[in-house]
Amino acid sequence: MTLLIGALTIGLILSLLALGVFISFRVFEFPDITADGSITLGAAVAAILLLHHVHPVIATIVACAAGAIAGMVTGLIHTRFGINKLLSGILVMTALYSTNLHIMGRSNVPLLDQRTLASLAEGVGARITGGTGDLFILDWSVALRDAAVLMTSFIAAALVGLGLYGFFRTNLGTAMQAAGDNPQMIRALGVNVENMIVLGLALSNALVALSGALLAQYQGFADVQMGIGMVVWGLASIIIGEALVGVRQLGFIITGAIMGSVLFRLLVAIALRAGLDPNDLKLVTAVFVFCALILPAFLKRLTGARQPAPR
Amino acid sequence: MLSVNAIRKTFNPATPNEVRALQGVSLSLATGSFVVVIGTNGSGKSTLLNALAGTFLVDEGSIVLDGTDVTRWPEHRRAALVGRVFQNPFSGTAPNMTIAENLVLAARRGQPRGLGWALKRTARQEMRDRVSRLRLGLEDRLDNSIGSLSGGQRQALTLLMASWRRPTLLLLDEHTAALDPRSADHVIHLSEEIVSRDKLTTLMVTHSMQQASNLGDRLIMMHRGAILHDFTGAEKRRLRPPDLLARFESVRRAELLDESVAEMLRRAYV
Repeated sequence: MTLLIGALTIGLILSLLALGVFISFRVFEFPDITADGSITLGAAVAAILLLHHVHPVIATIVACAAGAIAGMVTGLIHTRFGINKLLSGILVMTALYSTNLHIMGRSNVPLLDQRTLASLAEGVGARITGGTGDLFILDWSVALRDAAVLMTSFIAAALVGLGLYGFFRTNLGTAMQAAGDNPQMIRALGVNVENMIVLGLALSNALVALSGALLAQYQGFADVQMGIGMVVWGLASIIIGEALVGVRQLGFIITGAIMGSVLFRLLVAIALRAGLDPNDLKLVTAVFVFCALILPAFLKRLTGARQPAPR
Repeated sequence: MLSVNAIRKTFNPATPNEVRALQGVSLSLATGSFVVVIGTNGSGKSTLLNALAGTFLVDEGSIVLDGTDVTRWPEHRRAALVGRVFQNPFSGTAPNMTIAENLVLAARRGQPRGLGWALKRTARQEMRDRVSRLRLGLEDRLDNSIGSLSGGQRQALTLLMASWRRPTLLLLDEHTAALDPRSADHVIHLSEEIVSRDKLTTLMVTHSMQQASNLGDRLIMMHRGAILHDFTGAEKRRLRPPDLLARFESVRRAELLDESVAEMLRRAYV
């Protein structure tokens, strides 16, 4: 049960990462590798602020803002200096590695006795249930802290998902979507596409950093290595989500990305439990994303051979 | 209204690929005039439209639109004054967004875009009315994605979008060249309708001699980055496709002469 709840919680926390990756990869078709660095940045900033007894909510918000700045830098490098998208992200990601070490002062910052969003949630949970003992849900014993953190991450994912959906229904949000969909068209309608890319990457990396800040507070530490492979992880979540919902409509895609992230984490937890070497995890994830990317074209070729091409 | 003063543009200057696309074009358009631009391939007619739209900034000369000097304005800023329809039917609409979303984007052309809701229920009736005037039955499909539409339907929508907020200048860049004859015909009819109803100042590039002789109240013929002929009034009305073809033929002959003279000189002196 603890395993299941842990997987759900991490899945929900990482769904914020998936939503960030959705903005860069899907809205802008911008393979933004900055996320590998900005998720650690979010964790590092939050951890250090918590060590200095800053309120967890404020620490999380500042971590978010740091991620937004990282995304803006990537966007500016690409739009103002004409540097290739992938390279812009790689540059910022590389620079962030040193930045994160500077922020943390060492490669790992434990958060053992600090007040975090997790401990705040536990406190709220204790007030609601009137005790600090374990909860019993369907005859399962659940530690109060685990339940409270799961609720918090669920609320966070739901709020961010709704917020993002709402944002893409505003004038600014639709213009941002169009900037990714057809830059020539939206430029002719008076939108500065370059600014939209910078804004979109800022938003994307703010969500990624938020995910990192929550992850650090849940795990109880920030580690300079924690971001490695996270972009691929987010991409895997989005692909699973798209397969789950099957509809290319904004609300469904956002819900799908959250569901995909949770499902992917569950699958990973099961695989690890069944004996998958944790060292192989990134390899398996990469192979999975590769297969998912080539599968549609492969299927099309299979079915295309059997029936005449659809008009 | 629109005043273009001796604009020049050279692409890839000082390289083997140097192209002198515009070589001192001057043009003055009266409010409400409908000007057709024709010319041979590479004559600079599309480049002229792009220069007006701000796709690139000109090397020399100035562009004054409605009393404002827009020469140094980037494309997205000029969009507040200029509506455009591209040659490629896929260029003017966002394929993964719905018809309604595309129209809403067009309704705010050149306006600041904030966090207000894009799709308001009250706007839907107006959308239906205006889309129904395209006579394509799209008013019942406002929530379909643009990607599911044909080139002709997309081009008609782009035309509607370019003119949704009355543009100071409407630019039509061979906007029927990539369509099948029936769709091309329909889009041309719609263009004529919208331009005359809203009294839009329009610049239309075309390859079709038929369109060139039927449409507009002024005709400009371009060659080698400059304006060769400028027909207005009765002279424009009298022009028929054969006359235009004859003009092209004489240009071609002059060209051949140029080349043979060049060849002669080369033989004599090199």
